[in-house]
Amino acid sequence: MILSLRGIGKQFYGNRVLSDVSFDVAPGQIVGLVGENGAGKTTLMKILFSMPEIHETGGYEGGIFWNGKEVRFKSPFDALDAGIGMVHQEFSLIPGFTAAENILLNREPLYKSALTDIFSPRISRLDRKTMTELAKAAIDKLGVALDPAMLVKEMPVGHKQFTEIARELCRANVKLIVLDEPTAVLTESEAEVLLSSLRLLAAEGIALIFISHRLREVVELCDRIVVLRDGKKIEEVPAKGCSAKTIASLMVGRSVETQRAESAGIHEGEKDDDKEEPVLSVERLWVDMPGETVRDVTFSVKKGEIFGIGGLAGQGKLGIPNGIMGLSPAGGVVKLHGKPLRMGSPNAALERGVAFVSEDRRGVGLLLDEGIDWNITFSAMQIRDKFLKPLLGGLFQWRSDREMCSVANEYISLLDIKCTGPRQRVGNLSGGNQQKVCLAKAFALQPDILFVSEPTRGIDIGAKAIVLETLKRYNSEYGTTIIMVSSELEELRSICQRIAVIYEGRIEGILPHTALLEEFGVLMAGAKDAPKTPNEERPAESDRRSEH
Amino acid sequence: MKSSMKSRLRLFLIENAVVILFIVLIAIAIPASRLPGSFLLQEILTRLGRSSFLVIALLLPIMAGMGLNFGMVLGAMAGQIGLIFVMDWGIVGIPGLLLAMLLSLPISILLGWLCGSIMNMAKGREMVTGFILGFFMNGVYMLFALYAMGSIIPVTNPELLLSRGYGIRNVVDLESVRQALERFIPLKVWGVNIPVLNYLFIAAVSAFIVWFRKTKLGQDMRAVGQDRAVAGATGIAVERTRIIAIIISTVLAGFGQIIFLQNLGTINTTNSHEQTGMFSIASLLIGGASVTKASIPNALVGVILFHLLFLVAPMAGKNLIGSGMLGEYFRQFVSYGVIALSLVLYEWKRAAQEDDARALLRGGAGSDDGKGGTL
Repeated sequence: MILSLRGIGKQFYGNRVLSDVSFDVAPGQIVGLVGENGAGKTTLMKILFSMPEIHETGGYEGGIFWNGKEVRFKSPFDALDAGIGMVHQEFSLIPGFTAAENILLNREPLYKSALTDIFSPRISRLDRKTMTELAKAAIDKLGVALDPAMLVKEMPVGHKQFTEIARELCRANVKLIVLDEPTAVLTESEAEVLLSSLRLLAAEGIALIFISHRLREVVELCDRIVVLRDGKKIEEVPAKGCSAKTIASLMVGRSVETQRAESAGIHEGEKDDDKEEPVLSVERLWVDMPGETVRDVTFSVKKGEIFGIGGLAGQGKLGIPNGIMGLSPAGGVVKLHGKPLRMGSPNAALERGVAFVSEDRRGVGLLLDEGIDWNITFSAMQIRDKFLKPLLGGLFQWRSDREMCSVANEYISLLDIKCTGPRQRVGNLSGGNQQKVCLAKAFALQPDILFVSEPTRGIDIGAKAIVLETLKRYNSEYGTTIIMVSSELEELRSICQRIAVIYEGRIEGILPHTALLEEFGVLMAGAKDAPKTPNEERPAESDRRSEH
Repeated sequence: MKSSMKSRLRLFLIENAVVILFIVLIAIAIPASRLPGSFLLQEILTRLGRSSFLVIALLLPIMAGMGLNFGMVLGAMAGQIGLIFVMDWGIVGIPGLLLAMLLSLPISILLGWLCGSIMNMAKGREMVTGFILGFFMNGVYMLFALYAMGSIIPVTNPELLLSRGYGIRNVVDLESVRQALERFIPLKVWGVNIPVLNYLFIAAVSAFIVWFRKTKLGQDMRAVGQDRAVAGATGIAVERTRIIAIIISTVLAGFGQIIFLQNLGTINTTNSHEQTGMFSIASLLIGGASVTKASIPNALVGVILFHLLFLVAPMAGKNLIGSGMLGEYFRQFVSYGVIALSLVLYEWKRAAQEDDARALLRGGAGSDDGKGGTL
């Protein structure tokens, strides 16, 4: 065994994210590591590489055995020296350098000169010829055609990924390479080439840990698959004979069959308003939000519906509300009641009766240094001219503090916000109560359409229940259309009628809340074999093909 | 195909907007000035020898991603201090200049290290930091030149001192080293004097830059300049590399200021250094450089265009409008204007590139069907 992990555990400030994870990797073996977001994959790899944040938060439990000996790396550089390479999710390449320059970055072969002895090796000239040769050798190991003299910024994404892998290969003693979502940005044909390169590497005796959400690839490529869920190793299975679906259901778990029965009854009359004009229709939306890129999304929502948008982190679900609200650069057509909405202007969206509860509570959602009353009424004052009383026949507008205060008190009791009074600074409230203030702020606008993004992230169970309950009640009392974006599938299934699953910036499928959990798992992992909900999937699929 | 030709032309125009603008301006101003060609040629050759070294001193920090080094004023101060000492000690000619450079060296290194360290605390805002640092160090320099010299630091030559007995006079005459470089190898071609030794100095510093780019340190500097995080992740000492870039730039600026002043023949103690940074940076930008990209040809072309415009602008102004004063205003206007213009162009270019990158979000489909509107 080249690498053995024994009983690895980790907690961040008392919050346990990993417990007792053990598995082995043999030379030439490819181990797949899969799990939902937050399952602990990234933390596990950070422990392996001994990232500073691991030390800073009190180290880890268990032991890492490298070549049979227990090791405690002091920094990522120690791990690299030992022969562990890492290919990151985002490209860590210098755009203006060639492939060769990137592959040998900070390991360049140098000409010897007299000056070197006097000063430092840093003023020796680079031996460009040897550089090209070394780079070429590393690229050849991958079995791909990549010009070492090509500039990274001019490369297609596939080549960038190959350059990254070649860089790890180029280390003299590399024995294990960890690949974190190496195919996420690749087209299918590029991914194919990458997978066959990886097989070549394994045949040469290099061990690989392959982390991916593309389950089909995992099943196809790996020898063994380790499934993590909620920080625990759920299963370790040989990939042979496994299907993507089995893995998907292992990933999401299947303990919630019973909940469906109770949630099925919530929404009556879903079908009978089919002919009604959609209140919101989104066509070919793209959003440039860092880390949450939306590529091509089309959907429509009917009046009074609660529409869910789910998917794994980084696939683009958060980009949708941020793009529509004009907080991130976006394009495409968004129609409200059949009339197009001006893109890129939060004001335009707000004035058309669209409100947004942001996932970034502390950044976008709240004025942390102001009181609860101010936070709740601020947007409504700006957009709806509420809480204002005219002075001198409307020449000036005066703030009505009393009205603001009474509205704040109303929401405090309605949402059960735990505070000392309407004047308390929201910065001093707990996360759950801050979230309630965000909701109150949106409600005070009396919106037609309400976007809610990750409403329960980082808040306790009691607050969660109140938030969800309030959304549901608000929807049924005022007929407000709610579009809820969340990573928590259970949450979406408990209050939404239909749920769209986003994968790689596109809608992978739209399912009713009654659909099986397993079906959601398959969509979230992009592992569907054949389209099941044809109307939504066909265009996206054909689109993707036409690109290459 | 057609659109790609068009976009390439657009890109070329944006890339070279400043150079093109200046060539057009000069093409109009030269005939209007009615100055003889031989005069212009002589002046340009002299000024090229005088200013190029200073402009080339700006190149390394740009390579290291620190933008235009407004902190070069610090080097200029060091150079002036060196020259003042040499004047006091009465060392004449080339040896005097070389000694002045040697004296400026430790001061430049110290100031460069200081400047680089402070810029490391203000990553991404190096230009404004260097600019303000220049103002701050100006105060320290004044204290040094107007109080310390002659009181704490002995000055033997009373002609250098103010009548009160300490502090350097407003104008220091550099008669003993005046144009020592230009006269060292006299060469006259068709009645035009060519400052050979100046050019040799410039060739030497250019060769140094070219060699430096090929070294490991140069490669690290380019890597740091393009992506600090990536460079740091591979173990390159990012902050140290940035400090080295600024130190080299400051040292070269000190030498450059000495070459510049020996040609003029006088030091304005209180303000010779002040405009060095501004005029050097303006020259470089006029030569087509940007905040992130600059080359030796940019520097040389920039010096030629910048000075050509200054030469012809006053006469052209007088002939066209009837006022010679216009020239000096014009000089200020052009320097500040061109710096503002290229900073704006740079941001504009970056925004355009981001838009282009966005078009690739769904494989270019967004831009073709006309639906994928931008902001």
